[in-house]
Amino acid sequence: MLTAEDKKLIQQMWGKLGGAEEEIGAEALTRMFHSYPPTKTYFPHFDLSPGSDQVRGHGKKVVAALSTAIKNMDNLSQALSELSNLHAYNLRVDPPRFSLQFLSQCLQVALATRLGKEYTPEVHSAVDKFMSAVASVLAEKYR
Amino acid sequence: MVHWSAEEKQLITSVWAKVSVEECGAEALARLLIVYPWTQRFFSDFGNLSSPTAIMGNPRVRAHGKKVLTSFGEAIKNLDNLKGTYSRLSELHCDKLHVDPENFRLLGDILVIVLASHLGRAFTPVCQCAWQKLVGVVAHALAHKYH
Repeated sequence: MLTAEDKKLIQQMWGKLGGAEEEIGAEALTRMFHSYPPTKTYFPHFDLSPGSDQVRGHGKKVVAALSTAIKNMDNLSQALSELSNLHAYNLRVDPPRFSLQFLSQCLQVALATRLGKEYTPEVHSAVDKFMSAVASVLAEKYR
Repeated sequence: MVHWSAEEKQLITSVWAKVSVEECGAEALARLLIVYPWTQRFFSDFGNLSSPTAIMGNPRVRAHGKKVLTSFGEAIKNLDNLKGTYSRLSELHCDKLHVDPENFRLLGDILVIVLASHLGRAFTPVCQCAWQKLVGVVAHALAHKYH
């Protein structure tokens, strides 16, 4: 469960990214496609080569959604309701708890490479919990 | 048998050369206990695990973290025979320690994040890929003797 302290740490951490959020989104996706090739099966229509505009664009979308979630941590269900519908009914990505853990891992690696020591165990824990909570909400409507 | 390309081996060994086994081992184990608190059940005799600060400073956690990562070093020297290398440890984790192998995957992912935080941009996507493969294969080798 996300505590008040967790929420504060996440918001502070996000605030430290100084505009690099979009780059981080693209990087997280790139890392995910490299380390977990099966995730590419959801993007057969994308150019996945290095520097791809589509990957950049999609990374930006993902990060925007996470930013919204971070601003609405007290009501993730509602804040992510549209996305939840999309994932359940349109995208039908393998239940998020499986795929999202790969994105979560890669997002955390991208954050850790930038934040170094500032990606403390407490921040790490908060982000991991947050990404789990996001995955749960996205999976809510699957069945 | 797992196949390692020359590039993968190079990525693994070049990252490893930059790692302080003692520091990274301690940190990875501490983070496991902090981020996934249920893993503390395996270390109930380690003393004070009551807070992240206590865990990070706990000398037994540090010592054990170093042990775990030293064992990784052995794996890296024996990439072509990980099942053999981990055979005894696999039996130990099953028969004596009763650790659910899922925890090996969790520790592996945490180790990757620790490496990322230490190496920064040098921990490129291809580096991460080689290391995710390594931690996955090590986790598999450690689970291999379970029955």
